[in-house]
Amino acid sequence: MTTLTAPPKQAPPPVRPRKSSGSAAKWKRRVPLLPALIFTIVVTQLPFVATLIISTFQWNILKPGERHFVGLSNFSFVFTDERLRTAVLNTVVLTASVVVISVILGLGLAMLLDRRFVGRGLARTLLIAPFLVMPVAAALLWKHAIYNPDYGLLNGTLNAVYRFFGADNGPTVDWISSYPMPAVVVSLVWQWTPFMMLILLAGLQAQPGDVLEAARMDGASALQTFRHITLPHLRQYIELGVLLGTIYVVQTFDAVFTITQGGPGSQTTNLPYEIYLTMFRKYEYGEAAAAGVVVVLGAFVIATFALRTIASLFREETSR
Amino acid sequence: MTHAALAPRGGRFKKLLRGKDDPNSPRLSPLWTFVAWLATLAFFAPVAWMVLTSFHQEADAATNPPTPFAPVTFDQYKLLFSRDITPFLLNSAMASILSTVLVLALAVPAAYALSIKPVEKWTDVMFFFLSTKFLPAIAALLPVYLIVKDAGMLDNVWTLVVLYTAMNLPIAVWMMRSFLAEVPKEILEAAEVDGAGLLTVLWRVVAPVAMPGLAATSLICFIFSWNEFMFAVNLTATQASTAPVFLVGFITNEGLFLARLCAAATLVSLPVLIAGFAAQDKLVRGLSLGAVK
Repeated sequence: MTTLTAPPKQAPPPVRPRKSSGSAAKWKRRVPLLPALIFTIVVTQLPFVATLIISTFQWNILKPGERHFVGLSNFSFVFTDERLRTAVLNTVVLTASVVVISVILGLGLAMLLDRRFVGRGLARTLLIAPFLVMPVAAALLWKHAIYNPDYGLLNGTLNAVYRFFGADNGPTVDWISSYPMPAVVVSLVWQWTPFMMLILLAGLQAQPGDVLEAARMDGASALQTFRHITLPHLRQYIELGVLLGTIYVVQTFDAVFTITQGGPGSQTTNLPYEIYLTMFRKYEYGEAAAAGVVVVLGAFVIATFALRTIASLFREETSR
Repeated sequence: MTHAALAPRGGRFKKLLRGKDDPNSPRLSPLWTFVAWLATLAFFAPVAWMVLTSFHQEADAATNPPTPFAPVTFDQYKLLFSRDITPFLLNSAMASILSTVLVLALAVPAAYALSIKPVEKWTDVMFFFLSTKFLPAIAALLPVYLIVKDAGMLDNVWTLVVLYTAMNLPIAVWMMRSFLAEVPKEILEAAEVDGAGLLTVLWRVVAPVAMPGLAATSLICFIFSWNEFMFAVNLTATQASTAPVFLVGFITNEGLFLARLCAAATLVSLPVLIAGFAAQDKLVRGLSLGAVK
């Protein structure tokens, strides 16, 4: 199989449908694909069309009989609403910090785990555990067992340390109220760092050994080797990690719902949670749908970059 | 191309301790080994704390400073099972397993049509599948909710099965395609020249190469379905609620049972933890849609 950085060869793609095959043969090829394709179109595309339609209606289920077509006015509401602007900003802050921090930590851990040391396999197994814990369970764990001001592990440990050094009591910090956004970010970084580490570790282990050997022979320092050989080699892996991470973290719902419920105020309300509130608390279906459409447009921008990166990985594979 | 996955593995525990066998990779210095282990333990600490607390009595769980060496008890788990966590676990198992089976039934033929006997413009089809993953699920929640409500399918496990299938199908198609693309073309052609029928080719040539991939794909689909929260919490009420919905009851601070919460969190995470530890080498490829080995 190719590594991601294998130079594209000139050979034609190994698989190519025969152009001369008749339409019966073409259909024979298509049949196995159709169930999956039709299922996907029905279950994912139709709801989006419905969202588009609903977004043009004034529709609040608390006011039955007032449902009517309003054109694009829900959209002008979406773009001018203070709460939604806050939610957009929160989403950007949350996603960017989680992805950037977990990539950096993941890179550091991957560099360490790329080398041999006592118990490396066990360390790797323990490190991926945070990613495997159910997200809602993880969010509750952080909220109650770690951040809780009275009996959480964080304050409890601080307290124990203070007492060890002879002080009476440690500080009682209400982490979630005092630092709501960092509290959510830390719990998500904890979950996503193992993901980044796994992808970057795979990248490091696909690194050709002879190039590193040559660099060592030429007397390159560890830092030089990292900057000029390892980092360029890892670039595609980092891009992949950032893009996949962004796609998933943008959609974060579990952590916000569980840890802060968007609060205090709307300090941690991200777009998915704001749309959820509009739908199931305010019952403003039209507004929720319009916000949903805007989110899809935003996701489309990210996806364009993502698809381009993945397409380049993909081309290298098929042109091997 | 690597067939390491097919090789028999011996000394599993030894391998676990040593990690990937590569005598050429440089050793970590003692100082950095210490740093690596410190970081590992820091990341693992919340998981360890969750499991430890789940084996304590409530009085020993919520103490300040913490008391990690309190007596061990299974009471919290007994309480969970006597206070009906079972139906939630059964719903989760049903939704996850059924949707995984459905995903494989749809994805394997599709991946076959996209790799071994590719349809025209197969890359476009691949990217169509992938693009559906970029649509935030929240944008589909409202129409899905309205349709499901009108169809009288709220609070029904089958609703979750259908949604989880749609959620995982693109990932499964991508993963399975990358595994099927590893089937050597020469062998396929040779088998056809020898007059082997489609079923023989599938069974004798394709299946042996694709089986580990099939296992990895099922694992990823199972994990994502088991952990899904947004649809589960908004589309089920009493009959079809899954394990994450059971946990929602622990959100408020009032009257919190910390030890029981930890037991519940451990219990619902256990299937994924076991599956993930057992198949950690496959996890990467699955999580990166088969783009990274």
